[in-house]
Amino acid sequence: MNGAQAMVKCLEAEGVERLYGYSGAAICPFYDALLSSKITPVLVRQEQNAAHMASGYARMKGRAGVCVVTSGPGATNLITGIATAFADSIPLVCITGQVVSSMIGSDVFQEADITGAVESFVKYSYLVRDAQDLPRIMKEAFYIAESGRRGPVLIDVPTDVMACEIKKYVYPDKVQMRTYKPTVEGNGAQIAKVIRELEKAERPIMCVGGGVALSGAIDEIRAFVRKYQIPVVSTMMGIGAMPSGDNLYFGMVGNNGRPYANRAVGESDLLLVVGARVADRAVNRPDLITENKVLIHIDVDPAEIGKNVGPTIPLVGDIRHVFRQIDKSEIHMKDHAAWINTLCEYRLRTQEVRAKAGKAYVDVRAFLETLSLRMDKNAVFVCDVGQNQIWSTHYFKVSEKGRFMTSGGMGTMGYAIPAAFGASQARPDRQTIALCGDGGFQMSMCELGTIAQYGGDIGIVILRNNTLGMVMETIHSLYDSRATMVDLGKDTPDYKKIAEAYGMGYEMLDGKGDMEQALYSFLHADGARILEVSVDPRDRV
Amino acid sequence: MNKKAFQIIVDNTPGVLSRISGLFTRRGYNIESITAGETADPRFTRITIVASGDDETLEQIEKQIGKLTDVRDIRELKTDESVFRELAMIKVRAGAKDKTNLISIANVFRGNIIDVGPESLMIEITGSSSKIDAFLHLLDGYEILELARTGVAGLFRGIDKVVYPANLLGK
Repeated sequence: MNGAQAMVKCLEAEGVERLYGYSGAAICPFYDALLSSKITPVLVRQEQNAAHMASGYARMKGRAGVCVVTSGPGATNLITGIATAFADSIPLVCITGQVVSSMIGSDVFQEADITGAVESFVKYSYLVRDAQDLPRIMKEAFYIAESGRRGPVLIDVPTDVMACEIKKYVYPDKVQMRTYKPTVEGNGAQIAKVIRELEKAERPIMCVGGGVALSGAIDEIRAFVRKYQIPVVSTMMGIGAMPSGDNLYFGMVGNNGRPYANRAVGESDLLLVVGARVADRAVNRPDLITENKVLIHIDVDPAEIGKNVGPTIPLVGDIRHVFRQIDKSEIHMKDHAAWINTLCEYRLRTQEVRAKAGKAYVDVRAFLETLSLRMDKNAVFVCDVGQNQIWSTHYFKVSEKGRFMTSGGMGTMGYAIPAAFGASQARPDRQTIALCGDGGFQMSMCELGTIAQYGGDIGIVILRNNTLGMVMETIHSLYDSRATMVDLGKDTPDYKKIAEAYGMGYEMLDGKGDMEQALYSFLHADGARILEVSVDPRDRV
Repeated sequence: MNKKAFQIIVDNTPGVLSRISGLFTRRGYNIESITAGETADPRFTRITIVASGDDETLEQIEKQIGKLTDVRDIRELKTDESVFRELAMIKVRAGAKDKTNLISIANVFRGNIIDVGPESLMIEITGSSSKIDAFLHLLDGYEILELARTGVAGLFRGIDKVVYPANLLGK
């Protein structure tokens, strides 16, 4: 058995069924070895999207996504995808081919120092020098990616290492790392303190982040807040942890969030931050947040706690484990009915911003709401980055069993289509819809080739306004409306022809069209299809 | 494998040390020791690197480092033209009897006793790396609790090869 064959065996031992990648000279030994495996490789059109597909796949599988690309440009193309996964703590194992060991450092053809280049975007990386280390390294890589705060791990393997004979292949059962031991269970004394504060609180609120879905704790969190009647707000990454229509859910916080969500946080006397970073987009002035309240921060990453705001009670641990621990005690909460009523009133009193769209265009708010209501109850929705993302956070209603995904931390345009494709491959039983603007669509439209080739079954909604709308909003507020570098052109591309070119279904909806009818045929069609929605370029979030 | 010491004068910019150590990782060079500190002119930092490799690699190291934008000057500190020093702090477990012995060994090596505890002694010793190695060898029978070595710093002898900051600014 050679190194490449051992790598394939390791992936099989990890239960990997599918991986995303792009071939090239330096990774040929691996793909050659993969021929005799049941693992299905998916050939993407550009490496960045291999990482995004693996990300969407990982988020729906609850396991690390795998992408495998060649050296040099293959590896460097992967970087944006890796950084995107790192920002949202998505577990990935990224394997890159590397030039022959003895040539490393001499600038040979397709050589790039990829471990050096991704240093600040990975949880850990390896440059494999000795083929005998491969089983241990592969085991560690999956363990690091999938434990603690999840994230991407990169393994760079020179071709000679892949060709080298493995003397004795043994895939380790356990990981022995002295330097990496994430805390899973919460500290008992800290949990007791948290419970004491919860019992004292009159106006508690929970702010959920991406950590809830990542640790598989959605059920635990919902059961907890429903049992003890604790109102919930969320960060962008936390959307879907609570169903949008839940009585206890008060929307997304932050600059782009709901005013009543921010007000709820402001007026609470206890803020329970769960699996969220308290990042700049979620909290305007983190230093002020603790002024009048007790702050409890529960996170698996101790470095996040106190990074932006000093908590009253820190609690390190995996959310699912921590809430199972908390659930063992009977908590005697105060009655929060009056507090919840106040928050409901704030919500009711907020004037919804309604359509500013001209008659020729679709009212995007009504469209998103209708789309979400007409989708399957357990559908997966992936929105891109830009106005489409902010509108989605407000008007898309996540149902009890639905999923909402997006690139939150990095805000990577072009994420939605490849991530939705990956998600649909992980869960072919669930309806998957990607939503993007015309900017994001054109960043990843090459992947329509991949989707068509592999029989992808996803619906792609393009909100077309021929403009980089979110940038335009920045220009309106900060640059005196001097529009520059935002115009995508009026007539190109013809999305209908693009759909035709890839053999995909196509629908167009503008202000004169029948929204219900267009959505009905779009949502009930099989296979990959595109719905182009004409949106007013003057509309703002 | 040969060893060479290099004297590198760099602009005192943020991240300069990481750029140099990154170059070693990227190109697969071996670094034996690296020390850095401000020069008399705070705009510059002096870095002494001891690297190992075959002659071609060592020549490449000198050229690649010399190419970095922050590097003002690099030259090899040849053994016969230069003086090298390293400092080591050695904490040894020592009862009353051990202390007397240790102090006399330290004296032979012109070491200083810089901390005394009820059960330990800390020795500071300065010299070439081989002198420190020899001293540590003599401590074989003792329990070394902690050891901190700074790595090698070096300078050319005399004034022939002095690098004047004023001359560097033109580059």
